[in-house]
Amino acid sequence: MRRFMSFREFDWALLGMVLILCTVSVLEIYSATLHTKYTGFHTKQLLWIAGGLVAMFLFSKIDYHRLLDWVPWAFGVSLVALVAVKLFGTKVLGARRWIKLGPMHFQPSEWVKLILILIVARYFANLGGRSLTWKEIFKAFLLVGLPMLLVLIQPDLGTALTYTPILIAGLFLGGINIRQALILIACATLFIAGAWTSGKVLKPYQKARLTSFINPDSDPKGTGYQLLQSKIAVGSGGVLGKGAEKGTQTQGDFLPIPHADFIFAAFSEEHGFVGAIFVLLLYFFILMRLIQNAQTAADLSGSLIIMGVVAVLTFQIAVNVGMVIGFMPVTGIPLPLMSYGGSSVLFTFLALGAAMNVRMRRFVN
Amino acid sequence: MYSTSDSRGEKLSTLKLTVVQYGILLMMLALAAGLWRLQVVGAENYRQLAEQNRIRKVPMMAGRGKLFDRENRLIVDNYPSVSCYLVREQSPNVDADLPLIARGLNLDLEQLRATLRHYRAAPGYQPIPIKADITADETAFIEAHRNELPELETIDEERRLYPRDGFAAHLIGYVGEVSEDDLNNSRFAYYEPGDVVGKAGVEETYDQLLRGQDGSRDVIVDSHGREVGYLGVQHAIPGQDLKLTIDNDLQRAAELALGSRSGAIVAMDPRNGEILAMVSRPSFDPNAFAVRINRADWNKLITDPDHPLMNKTIQAQLAPGSTFKILMSVAGLQEGIAQTMKINCSGGWGPYGFFHHCDEHHGAVDIHNAIPFSCDTFYYMLGDRLGIDKVAKYATEFGYGKKTGIDLPHEQPGLMPSAQWKLKNYHARWYPDETLDVAIGQGAVEATPLQLARIIGGIASGGHLVRPHVVFPGQLPEDFRRELQESFPGSGETNIPIDPENWVTITDGMYEVTQPAYFHTAGSAHLEGIDFGGKTGTAQLMSHEALGRTAKGRVTYPNVWFVGVTPRRNPELVVAVLWQNGEFSYYPARIGAKVVSAYVEKQRRLANNLQPIKAPPTAPVEVGAVWTLPGKASGSSGKSGQSARMQAGRLLVQNGEIVAGKTPDASAVPKKAVSKGRSVSLTQLGAIVPAGARKGQNP
Repeated sequence: MRRFMSFREFDWALLGMVLILCTVSVLEIYSATLHTKYTGFHTKQLLWIAGGLVAMFLFSKIDYHRLLDWVPWAFGVSLVALVAVKLFGTKVLGARRWIKLGPMHFQPSEWVKLILILIVARYFANLGGRSLTWKEIFKAFLLVGLPMLLVLIQPDLGTALTYTPILIAGLFLGGINIRQALILIACATLFIAGAWTSGKVLKPYQKARLTSFINPDSDPKGTGYQLLQSKIAVGSGGVLGKGAEKGTQTQGDFLPIPHADFIFAAFSEEHGFVGAIFVLLLYFFILMRLIQNAQTAADLSGSLIIMGVVAVLTFQIAVNVGMVIGFMPVTGIPLPLMSYGGSSVLFTFLALGAAMNVRMRRFVN
Repeated sequence: MYSTSDSRGEKLSTLKLTVVQYGILLMMLALAAGLWRLQVVGAENYRQLAEQNRIRKVPMMAGRGKLFDRENRLIVDNYPSVSCYLVREQSPNVDADLPLIARGLNLDLEQLRATLRHYRAAPGYQPIPIKADITADETAFIEAHRNELPELETIDEERRLYPRDGFAAHLIGYVGEVSEDDLNNSRFAYYEPGDVVGKAGVEETYDQLLRGQDGSRDVIVDSHGREVGYLGVQHAIPGQDLKLTIDNDLQRAAELALGSRSGAIVAMDPRNGEILAMVSRPSFDPNAFAVRINRADWNKLITDPDHPLMNKTIQAQLAPGSTFKILMSVAGLQEGIAQTMKINCSGGWGPYGFFHHCDEHHGAVDIHNAIPFSCDTFYYMLGDRLGIDKVAKYATEFGYGKKTGIDLPHEQPGLMPSAQWKLKNYHARWYPDETLDVAIGQGAVEATPLQLARIIGGIASGGHLVRPHVVFPGQLPEDFRRELQESFPGSGETNIPIDPENWVTITDGMYEVTQPAYFHTAGSAHLEGIDFGGKTGTAQLMSHEALGRTAKGRVTYPNVWFVGVTPRRNPELVVAVLWQNGEFSYYPARIGAKVVSAYVEKQRRLANNLQPIKAPPTAPVEVGAVWTLPGKASGSSGKSGQSARMQAGRLLVQNGEIVAGKTPDASAVPKKAVSKGRSVSLTQLGAIVPAGARKGQNP
């Protein structure tokens, strides 16, 4: 059966907001890399965005129901890829995260996010939104936990953590009841405490990263230093900011990687509280728009896909901005649509493409 | 197709989505609150932190003022140097880096740790000086380890370059890092740790002028401490150059004349108080202080019994011995007593039961020969007739027991005893017998070489006493000069008129001292053709307690003095010589004569008057050895190509030629050559013969 599908149904408002954010991102990358060896990264970012837009449109063309049919295969391939990365991947800074395919460096853990969103949506949609049994909950945990574990041992704590909101969103929207939720929270707390103290799950530097935000002075040259410099950057921006290309923290190389993980700090320094709130509002409206789309989706699986996207984006925004302003540890999680980076840009656009996909098919039936 | 009919009807509950929406809103509000806290509430605080982050003041050291002699010849210069500082707050773990730093900078690890411990209480941003004057290799090490050792900073400085061999070292002084104790002193309010400060001599007195004002460069740096930009500069104001009253030529002559003897020489123009030469021995190398002096060298300097760091010209307080007799003569003549005294010296005098010796049995002595004879008996009697009160009055008036007010630090006042002084310090009556010791400059009398130069120079100038100084006052800022002027109240220029007749008597007596005649104490220091007088002194008792203690276990000769003037009346130059443990007083007189002749020769050269001081002798001169050339002289036995050989023994040389000779080794010298009076040109051979014996040296 051929379904009616038109780009008229495409969420142009959402895309508009996304493109505004992308513009802000490119301009800030230009400013932040002006006097560094990364000069010119803004054009690369433009190319990634263009590529992301194309990928988004293409992705939205494929009916999400068909995607959900394929996703178990993709999931299997992902697991294999993650194992392959562990075995043959390129080692960068002590972690094997990248796999080289021809001229491209490929970071499977980034794409696994998308696949997880789909497979979790598929899993819970199959359960039909009724109350979950413990067996079903356990299966969901296994579904997300397996790739998470593989990413964790790369080691890539940040990306592994971004998988958890997918599971949580799935469980919450999929029909978990309050009693189960409380028990799970208790178990998770115990597990984290156990993992923390056992010393086998987390490497010492990961622990140090996670704790240094509480007292940045304890490690002034390591992540604590980065956090301190980030806070100085944001704080010294004041209400109106220092102006584009005038951020001393950004331009003076005090801020670590100001075009990637700490781009929000660079932006806040140069454009102040007003600019930062503007960006937060954009994110807020994007997320609200996505949730609205989830509400109007044709079926449960569509809603779950969009909510998975919302969960991942919300998590990344909270953790990244939280890190920049000193609320959260340094985890290496990029800010979606702002941070420089091909994988991140492509994932975000594909995730948005999945959401568009669902929206475009909302009047089917 | 994946979608099943039963799942198609399912929808997410609006309630849950609303919960999610509120959750996101809450998160956004939390983030906004965090931004508010940083950017609105904490903005000023973070702005300051950001400023500190990027702007660093790089100090620019002001070049210290140079020192020139009176003829604008450079004495003390500066040279560029790099110093290394450690800023603790720039590194997370300074202690762990120390071994690497110690290795790279060739420092002792323990000493480095001690340095850091020393600055424990200082704030973390304060640069701690860890090594001065680092080498190019060490600079390269610091540059190469910028990332590993961000706490190291280098600063370009200018360091002091002093003359070698301790030339005028005591006069110039030295500089060193300001000490922690000094920093707590209000005088050093403007100094910071690591600053260089004058610690002795001119460097100390004129530190305020010489040091200049450090500037700074505000640079933008990145988090690795690399300069990435430049904001502005506050130029350093270099210190003021100073022109000293020292005459390099005379200073050199005085240094050479004193040689390695322990003692001091000060030469002054008694007309205006300008110090022309100032030597103290043993000396030290001020360059060792220009960088930090090491502990071993420092201990050596301060434990040396000869006190190398002491400027003996102003700090050695010693019994003036017979030089005091000039003052006694003034007192005796002005009181009208000495003119009438005709005594018979029979080797001493002892009116109070204790016999006071004189060096010789001088026989008939009056005031005219009492000075050249230095007859103690005469002055015992004169002192006895004057009484201690009169002696003390004159002595104090002329400056004994008072500082001269020279512009050098830590001058000592010496000591002039009196009845009141004894009552006050010993709670005892003055015994007339004690006056006899004072009359010959012993007992409790103490004076510094500079005091003697000023007093005797003043007496020879008819009672015009000046305030000595080593820096021309004209070049000083007005307020600095006034402050210096007021720092020595009660000293400075004074006029104590001496009766012209008495003046002539005393100055003639001083002239006779250096005339070769029987009993004259410094006849061997006679300078032909120069109006040169003076007074010797031998202080047999070492009243200076410190020196008495340090003389333990060593053969101790008397301290000997000479104070000379040229010309004898209204002198242009007065020179005081002290030789500690020098035995005979005509030794320092000869040293003084060398300084005087160097001065007079220079003045004559400047006046284009090349009249020689000594006529070349025509009489044969005996020398120890000469070199002879092989050849005709030894041709009969020697092979061709034989090299020059030395003839040893007693040879008589006249006008550069050997006229007679004896040699212990007959075979070594061709007998014929000598016995026949064969001559070899000594000037050609470069023989070491007295200058006057050289051939063809006509004025």
